[in-house]
Amino acid sequence: MFSTVKGTRCRGTAARRWGKALALAAFAIFIGGGLAFAEDAPTLKGVADAVKAAGGAAADATTSINIMWTIIAGFLVFFMQAGFALVETGFTRQKNAAHTMMMNMMVFCIGAVGYWLVGFAFQFGGINAAYPAVTNAWATAGDWAHSPTTLGDWGKLLGSSFRIGQFGFLGGSGFMLLGLGGNTGVLAFFLFQMVFMDTAATIPTGSMAERFKFSGFVLMGFWVSMIIYPLVGGWVWGGGWLQNIGRFAGLGNGAVDFAGSGVVHMIGGAVALAGCIVIGPRIGRFNKDGSANALPGHNIPLGILGTIILFFGWFGFNPGSALAFTGGGAFLASNAAVNTLIAGAMGGCASMFYMWWFGPSKKPDPSMSVNGVLAGLVAITAPCAFVDSVGATIIGLVAGVWVCIAAFAIEKLKIDDPVGAIPVHFANGLWGVISVGLFACGVPASDGWNGVKGTVRGLFYGNPSQLLAQLCEAGAIIVFVFGLTFIFFKILSAFKLLRSKPEDEIMGLDIPEMGALGYSNVDIKMHSGRVMPQAPFMGNGKKS
Amino acid sequence: MIKKIEAIIREEALDTVKDALRAIGIVGMNVVEVRGHGRQGGVNLQWRGTAYQMDMIPKIMISVILSDRNVERTVETICAAARTGKEGDGIIFVYPVDDVIRVRTGERGGEALAYQDDIDQKGNAKR
Repeated sequence: MFSTVKGTRCRGTAARRWGKALALAAFAIFIGGGLAFAEDAPTLKGVADAVKAAGGAAADATTSINIMWTIIAGFLVFFMQAGFALVETGFTRQKNAAHTMMMNMMVFCIGAVGYWLVGFAFQFGGINAAYPAVTNAWATAGDWAHSPTTLGDWGKLLGSSFRIGQFGFLGGSGFMLLGLGGNTGVLAFFLFQMVFMDTAATIPTGSMAERFKFSGFVLMGFWVSMIIYPLVGGWVWGGGWLQNIGRFAGLGNGAVDFAGSGVVHMIGGAVALAGCIVIGPRIGRFNKDGSANALPGHNIPLGILGTIILFFGWFGFNPGSALAFTGGGAFLASNAAVNTLIAGAMGGCASMFYMWWFGPSKKPDPSMSVNGVLAGLVAITAPCAFVDSVGATIIGLVAGVWVCIAAFAIEKLKIDDPVGAIPVHFANGLWGVISVGLFACGVPASDGWNGVKGTVRGLFYGNPSQLLAQLCEAGAIIVFVFGLTFIFFKILSAFKLLRSKPEDEIMGLDIPEMGALGYSNVDIKMHSGRVMPQAPFMGNGKKS
Repeated sequence: MIKKIEAIIREEALDTVKDALRAIGIVGMNVVEVRGHGRQGGVNLQWRGTAYQMDMIPKIMISVILSDRNVERTVETICAAARTGKEGDGIIFVYPVDDVIRVRTGERGGEALAYQDDIDQKGNAKR
């Protein structure tokens, strides 16, 4: 994600070699030279100044376009919060509607605070620090930093990290955005990364819905936004060791995760899985003989509306991750958009037909079709800019079937995931990360990605080592995110902060946890506050 | 003798039954949304790949209070209007009623049930 869009990038030759800028500069030489001839004898200094002025203006415009695209895409990603809220609330029961909705709104607010405080600094505090040059056949020459040059010159900002050799572990600058406020590109980058983090943070609220104690939820929000997401996300995007694994170990172009099948969805999914296992199933979900009961959600229209909003937001999520709309960025963004569309549609079709042909009632199950659309979108997130539409088709179709199989498997293991967050985000995040290593077809704009010579190519396009890099990313997420989060939730559980009381769960969390009903007028819990004003003419007959 | 007819019918049959009752001169009625099941048991649904049965099916309950001489005709009318021939068409109960009091006038019994153009007047006119 955060590599140069055009060709290789060497520390020290900071000039961005955009075609547009060069053309404008050449034009400036021509005009400047002509004017100089007309007025006075040409001086070398005059020409150089003109070149500098015109080239600078073009570079400014290029950077501005990139920043504008990044920030608008960030707004689209923000709107995905609405999609998550609707899907999760629609797929749970109405007695928990206020609680589920509230979690989805507050996870953004909590996450924004946590990410601003330390999360961004841990994840990206070292993205602009140069790693020393490595002398091997596959790395590009010179030392290397991973900051996105498309968003302008960051100078010495975000250049401090904790690392051992080529292994970067944790960023260490930019806490509370201190010292970064003056740089336009860094601000846009912060916004974009903040909404990405929140997408990961809102995934576990679905898998633990209907029994998640609200105080435990608040702590989970800080855990994801301040610690676990920045730590592991930084390894893949912030110049960490997974991103460098191509340069120093020759594994493809390092771990390549264009928009975050692994970083966002698999991290969120791993937190969801750990939480789901520790918190246990909802009361009444499984019988003593091990069979499962359906606990149907209360509003399929909300769920489907949410899915369509998520699909819309994904057009910011994936194409926006180009962090550029000029030069090679335009191709990456457009390719990502088309592949996102194809894979989402294929995922929906695949799961619809799977349930239609093999499901228990032989009907196109709407709730699984929703999961199928999202599965296709999650799976295409990592490979979206690096595959062609044939690759996207296969990725989407596999995702749509895989989400159904994974959902049934999870149910067999007696893990209760009310909305399907684990099959969608964990299982298909995994598939998305792996699929880069299979279907990446070497698009020219990926040349030199992560400081490795050549384009990003998967197993089917002649580079099996890329698959190994992808497996490293997936393995790291499973071991560290799942492992550490499992311990975190165990601690919450020990302090009785994880799960609400059984009687509250049976009553519905709206009243005991929120003190407010999601739907105060249609529930059977009719309260005495029902207002019926007494008409003044009533009681006329009492004299007789 | 005053009787009460309680007819539990399909939700979608309400308009047909209501119009049919009006046509024979049943002027007043009460309608309640109810849930339940009879011999049919329920309908099979699915949620995220798990089949389940919804056994409390939403229905409409119409209650009509009338003189016993009109019960047969009314029941026949409801049956004709609500019948599809498939499971779930509903069921009708008939109960005795002790008394009827109209709040506005204090009329009791049969008088309290009489309306203009009600089933008795229509029936008499026909005969």
